[in-house]
Amino acid sequence: MSTTVTKLEKLVGKRIKRKEDPRLITGTATYVEDVKLPDMYHAAILRSPHGAANIKSIDISKAQALPGVVAVYTGADILGVGSVVCAADLPGLRRPVHHILAQDRTYFVGHAVAVVVAKDRYIAADGVDLIEVDWEPTQAVTDPEKALAAGAPAVHPEWPDNTAFVHNQEGGDMAQAFADAEVVVRQRIVSQRLIPNAMETRGVVADWKQADKSMTIWTSTQIPHLARSILAGQLGLDENRVRLIAPEVGGGFGSKLNVYPEEALMGFVSMKLHKPVKWIESRRENFQTTIHGRGHVDYLEIAAMRDGTILGLKLKLIQDLGSYLQLLTPAIPTLSVLMMPGLYKFRNISAQVIGVFTNAVPTDAYRGAGRPEATHGIERMVDMLAAELGMDPVEIRLKNFAGKDDFPFLTAAGLTYDSGDYAATLDKALEMIDYKGLRAQQAQARAEGRLMGIGISTYGELCGFGPSPATPAGGWESATVKVEPSGKVTVMTGCSPHGQGQETAFAQIAADELGVPMDDVIVLHGDTSIVQYGIGTFGSRNTAVGGAALHYALQDIRDKAKRFGAKMLGVEDGDVVLADGHCTASNGTSVTFQQIAAAAYRGIVIPTGSEPGLVATRFWEPSNFAYPYGAHIIVSEVDAETGQIEIKRYLAVDDIGNIINPLLVDGQLHGGVAQGLGQALWEHGIYDDNGQLVSGTFMDYAMPRARMMPWVESAHTVTPSPVNPLGAKGVGEAGTIGSTPAMVNSVVDALAPLGVRHIDMPMTAGKIWKLIQDSSIQEKKA
Amino acid sequence: MRTINVSVNGTKHSHEVEPRMLLIHYLREVIGLTGTHMGCETSLCGACTIEVNGKAVKSCTMFAVQADGAEILTIEGLAAPDGTLHPIQDAFWTEHALQCGFCTPGMIMITKQILERNPNPTEHEIREGLDGNLCRCTGYQHIVNAVRTASLHRDALASLPKAGA
Repeated sequence: MSTTVTKLEKLVGKRIKRKEDPRLITGTATYVEDVKLPDMYHAAILRSPHGAANIKSIDISKAQALPGVVAVYTGADILGVGSVVCAADLPGLRRPVHHILAQDRTYFVGHAVAVVVAKDRYIAADGVDLIEVDWEPTQAVTDPEKALAAGAPAVHPEWPDNTAFVHNQEGGDMAQAFADAEVVVRQRIVSQRLIPNAMETRGVVADWKQADKSMTIWTSTQIPHLARSILAGQLGLDENRVRLIAPEVGGGFGSKLNVYPEEALMGFVSMKLHKPVKWIESRRENFQTTIHGRGHVDYLEIAAMRDGTILGLKLKLIQDLGSYLQLLTPAIPTLSVLMMPGLYKFRNISAQVIGVFTNAVPTDAYRGAGRPEATHGIERMVDMLAAELGMDPVEIRLKNFAGKDDFPFLTAAGLTYDSGDYAATLDKALEMIDYKGLRAQQAQARAEGRLMGIGISTYGELCGFGPSPATPAGGWESATVKVEPSGKVTVMTGCSPHGQGQETAFAQIAADELGVPMDDVIVLHGDTSIVQYGIGTFGSRNTAVGGAALHYALQDIRDKAKRFGAKMLGVEDGDVVLADGHCTASNGTSVTFQQIAAAAYRGIVIPTGSEPGLVATRFWEPSNFAYPYGAHIIVSEVDAETGQIEIKRYLAVDDIGNIINPLLVDGQLHGGVAQGLGQALWEHGIYDDNGQLVSGTFMDYAMPRARMMPWVESAHTVTPSPVNPLGAKGVGEAGTIGSTPAMVNSVVDALAPLGVRHIDMPMTAGKIWKLIQDSSIQEKKA
Repeated sequence: MRTINVSVNGTKHSHEVEPRMLLIHYLREVIGLTGTHMGCETSLCGACTIEVNGKAVKSCTMFAVQADGAEILTIEGLAAPDGTLHPIQDAFWTEHALQCGFCTPGMIMITKQILERNPNPTEHEIREGLDGNLCRCTGYQHIVNAVRTASLHRDALASLPKAGA
């Protein structure tokens, strides 16, 4: 028995480059479009060109006659397939039936009408062009406020008021707060529609095997197991005979936290034709038919005392739902209500959410999902209140923060924040950026007539989704750790990472706990025939929830390994420690983890009450969300001649709890900031009054490009979450949530000398130029 | 149908193709090299960037027949036959310049072009050079770092064969 044990370096907390990358940088990874099966057909979809229209007739005969076309299906063919599922519920929710192909009416541009199946993708597209539809366009409505007005066109004729639901939430006593208030500030704030635009569009391959009554579906999704359950239901198949594979997934950001019509449609086609079939979404289709994000009009009122003490916040939230309810559509704005109080200790909220149908593609979860909108609202209102009171934005925040001794902190919205020291994080950011010095520079700039702004946002978010009662379809997560006889370790996570890097982070965690080299660990995910049931990847939950499940599975492996080790060393269970890859007895003798693994499978020496093998599966239910927070500060300068905004400095100080791999954290933060700045400055999903998506290409929808992004400086404070054993909080959405209000606050601050008090996003140069022009005209008039 | 002859990553190919077949579909579906990705079909995202006769090209908006007689280099042709990574690939790995990886082949191919035109670019020049390529995951900062890191390996880059050499 070995007696020399070398201390191993801990990997958790280190900047370790990713295990995922070799396949991705050599072009050898397999995305859905790379799946190629023998005799596979290709599908293309005819979509509605109208915002709202009746289908008087469809003639598919020319398409059917085209050589190479195998089949054409329309709405009349798919009535046996279940409709698209919305898993969220609210009292009184109106649920339009969302068939996988339109019936006699289409509700948005891009609404699927017919599918052409052919021997190759070019012929399938030709077939689509040959379908003749006799359309009767009707009046569309795309603006949610116009949709609520009397006499507006009804998106769904059965509900003329276009209202899907009204959701109220009250906390404290808002009427008293307003009665006591010395000052009330009111503002309408828009969080515009955004288009997620994962670089890989959606795609599906379905392969039905009639003999086994089994279906394999490759689909670009964030939720393989939930998608399998839903698709099995839609197609009337046994869940255990449906294998769903999320292969390499090229980005999601919430847009693939869904089950779309095309997934069941390809299953239907494959079952009809007994052949595999592939559909790959075009970018145009992705713009038109994959969910959009945000789409809020918020009417906010903040009540306060003259000393800056906030008493309460009132919100009327008009949510543009689009024409249908996708998986979580109605739940997203309710998350906004939960995050309304931000990091502040005021006790009174009053919120009303009105979910409105419009002739547009549904909105649903997009990075942040309800929380960026809420954070933007509260952080803008706090700044506007400060301006009203002549206070510094820092001072008003420090005055109203929940204190570090207040945790667990029950908010006015009913959440219990887990841990934090908000003032310390803001202080760190102020010190790093030399806030006092910046304000002096700003005074100088203003004296010179330059428009310099300093914008602060102190955001909070709820992450680590989430306790199951608060998460539609469950919020737990699963992990299996399988140690092979050689001591090599396979981790199977129910999460479905698609760029976040859990193949690396989870290998770090497993290597540390078991004392094996990181190269000995592989992490599998995204295949329902291999991995135990799991929930998936969204809401910054991979590490905080999936990592916690892994932690407990690793503890089970450690416990069993110790019992085997003790038996092999001939000592009592309690006489051994497992560390650095060895099980060592108090007498100094030891066996390696690999020797234990071999013995566990050889089966000759089995501890009493134990059994052969070394595999553990755990399902872990979190008791609460985790609550990351941070302070983002943006220094900007606006060119008064052109309205161009230049970001001079971007500083993010985030507290995301314990960090497993700082390299991955930086990547998540940068990407989140890019999407947040995209909303603040450039991106806008625009429908015209006829329901045409006028920002439906990369020429018209301004995605952030490398030259548009500032250098992001990043630092952290670390307040571990007590909710999970890793102390992690989640970082996937932090950048998106922290950045938008910081950016708008910065530009409003720059333009404050002109009397500007609020600007709606996106703050394009044209909009800013016009604001400056209008202000100077008013100044001249005065 | 038209016959085309191309060299892809040093291997000669001859195929009959429809005149309307896009070069990216020829590479992915006829040759079977799926590392080049279709991101937008409109040459706006750069995921499909390859090299044709030593110049970066967006293969989604070029027909296969236009590549007749060309020397083509794709992401699969960058690493050495023994698997040794190209310095740009290595830089992308080291700097965590990718997350979902979908834009990465195009990003690596455009980086090769950026550094061939300007071996020692400034941050501004790197960002300008990346302008035709979209990434939705990284916010570009680590990609900028990767291009800079790769530029430090100028000797190694200079000694590598170019497409057609």
